[in-house]
Amino acid sequence: METLTTQKEKTASPAIVTKSGSQAVLEAFLAEGVDTVFGYPGGAIMPIYDALYDYNDKLKHILVRHEQGAIHAAQGYARVSGRTGVVFATSGPGATNLVTGLADAMIDSTPVVCITGQVFAHLLGTDAFQETDVINITTPVTKWNYQVTDANEIPHVLAKAFYIANSGRPGPVLVDITKNAQLQLFDYAGYEKCTHIRSYRPKPIVRKEYIEQAAELINKAERPFVIFGQGVILGKAEKEFIQFIEKAGIPAAWTIMGMSAIPTDHPLGVGMLGMHGNYGPNVLTNECDVVIAVGMRFDDRVTGRLDKYAKQAKLIHLDIDPSEIDKNVKADVPVWGDCKETLPLLSKLLEQKVYPQWLQKFREYEKMEMDKVIHDELNPTGEILTMGEVINTLNELSKGVAVIVTDVGQHQMVACRYAKYNQSKSNITSGGLGTMGYALPASIGAYYGAPDRKIVAIIGDGGFQMTLQELGTIMQFKPDVKILILNNNFLGMVRQWQQLFHEKRYSFVDIQSPDFVQVAKGFGIPGKSISRREELKSSLEEFLNSKGTYLLEVMVGKENNVFPMVPQGRGVAEIVLCKEDI
Amino acid sequence: MQKKEYTITVYTENQVGLLNRIAIIFSRRKINIESLNTSPTEVDSVHRFTIVINEFEDIVRKLCRQIEKQVEVLKAYYNTEDEIIWQEMALYKVPTEIIASSVKVERLLRQNGAHTVVIRKDYTVFAVAGHREETEALIKVLEPYGLIEFVRSARVAIIKDSSGFHERLKEFEKQEPGEEAIENEFLDKNEEVFTM
Repeated sequence: METLTTQKEKTASPAIVTKSGSQAVLEAFLAEGVDTVFGYPGGAIMPIYDALYDYNDKLKHILVRHEQGAIHAAQGYARVSGRTGVVFATSGPGATNLVTGLADAMIDSTPVVCITGQVFAHLLGTDAFQETDVINITTPVTKWNYQVTDANEIPHVLAKAFYIANSGRPGPVLVDITKNAQLQLFDYAGYEKCTHIRSYRPKPIVRKEYIEQAAELINKAERPFVIFGQGVILGKAEKEFIQFIEKAGIPAAWTIMGMSAIPTDHPLGVGMLGMHGNYGPNVLTNECDVVIAVGMRFDDRVTGRLDKYAKQAKLIHLDIDPSEIDKNVKADVPVWGDCKETLPLLSKLLEQKVYPQWLQKFREYEKMEMDKVIHDELNPTGEILTMGEVINTLNELSKGVAVIVTDVGQHQMVACRYAKYNQSKSNITSGGLGTMGYALPASIGAYYGAPDRKIVAIIGDGGFQMTLQELGTIMQFKPDVKILILNNNFLGMVRQWQQLFHEKRYSFVDIQSPDFVQVAKGFGIPGKSISRREELKSSLEEFLNSKGTYLLEVMVGKENNVFPMVPQGRGVAEIVLCKEDI
Repeated sequence: MQKKEYTITVYTENQVGLLNRIAIIFSRRKINIESLNTSPTEVDSVHRFTIVINEFEDIVRKLCRQIEKQVEVLKAYYNTEDEIIWQEMALYKVPTEIIASSVKVERLLRQNGAHTVVIRKDYTVFAVAGHREETEALIKVLEPYGLIEFVRSARVAIIKDSSGFHERLKEFEKQEPGEEAIENEFLDKNEEVFTM
């Protein structure tokens, strides 16, 4: 059998030196350009932490307060920077605490490499102290995982891990390293970056005939509609995407994960898709004649009922992951490939066009939504503050340059509906998994991924209580993170559903909160709680301009609902603007 | 559309944990695996899974795409029964005294293509390789004669149109492989899969 040697990039001298497995891990990080590691030590990862002691000047280590915090921080780091986030955790509970973050990174395609310690190889399977079967626990929630029991494997396994995590459709990778392998001295021949794995195809080959078919459909279309997701951001194809929609003149709507890929006020931007997205893009999904889906995966929160989804339209689906084609919605023209490559090829074949009447339709729906929902949300007449007006005031002050990290629930939907962005990679949220507790640790990571940007974490009173221990991390390492708690004294999204679909039987959504300002104070973080409109702007100003972390709690309406809404089990065109319409 | 029996052939690297990665693609969707076999292939380092399920074709196609998405999977194919040559092997343990005393049983075994694997004073073990109906039919035949034990292997299958994996692997090993190594299109055009 003939084997072709793969070309590899040499990044270290081939001279053989003796190193420990632990040192090899850290050398790999340096070679991969890692500058920050989020982690928590423990018995089975102690050799790596011991080696880390000597790498203190080259690698920043952020000691979190819970491993879930470490992986969410790594996700925030990755999402804001496009680079791979890196995590250390020990065996057993350390590793199982990563699982939520792995699942989140898996479903939201976030590049993360987790290194977990494991018991000595000879103890595997003996129910040793802090032994757990991490590989099998994490298999469904990792793009790839591997257990190392011999230090000789470390350089090439880590090279593979970094390559897999951040190529093709990115995702989380976990490498479990037994303690003996961390301690083992071996002949270290340098680190070679991985650029090819024979069984792994990060990118499908671009097929010209599909590009041509897609162009033909688009050129003939009368009411084309572009819907796009995080693929545009992950593919670093924002520029190519904007050139594409501008040349073709096609209105474009984003999914929650695609948000910020184009500026929110782009003339062809028509808003957010999905359950709590905008009125026009949802209704008009069922009136367009060609849908061009770019780097998005037709989540059920985007499509509503599938048998009532865009049935009248021809569908062109651009995606890097072949398994996404036809998964939920059948594509008429599948354009496999990295959209950074496919979009320019497609644009070249397109006629320069505008669709003033079609675009006008979106604007008409926008006006209806403005009149029935947005106006009152942003300019409430009542005494009590709404989440929308808080976000709106934040927009005015931050001018769309802040990175907004949101948690999960009503505040997330409101923030994503009303926040303004003019820079990509600015909306960091747990989209697919809906992980409450995501925002606080993710915002810490976002700070280290983009230390020059303003990081605003917007969190509900429920979600904040899930991971508020990370205030300790902020206290110790002082990342400049602005924490905005929108407190409605309820688990608001579940309460909204209980009100609308369960006859207002409020079952365990009435959550009590501590005095968040006092809690923050305990961690040495200044804070303030407000509930009056007069204080809003000045407080947000103080909040944004404060030196270092600041916690601002804003008390908002207890029983406000997020609208519009596509009720579960209904089609996108059945989106309702108020509860009376349900 | 109806559920049909599909044989999925997966070419993979030989890696610990890959069996689990593949198995959970089915169990996550609550799909029962009727038969699963792992085997070496004609290529040294490449392993082969043969999986049998009863499902709708569009589900099988999606399953194959999910399988192929796994880093260590080289290629996944699915075929209906008429596109493959397949066999399962079964072993039957029966009391030797009955075999010895009954000419009829011996004839029945011969008719069913069984051969003797072991003869002991107390029992004899026969083996049959064939389709499910054949191995099943012999159970019925032997039951009246005191069948002590029966076991059947997973299915092994060879795809009629396949030209093997040697050439394809060379494609995979190239930095910039050709379309065949990369495309999943074969999943839509089943009949042209092996025309590389």
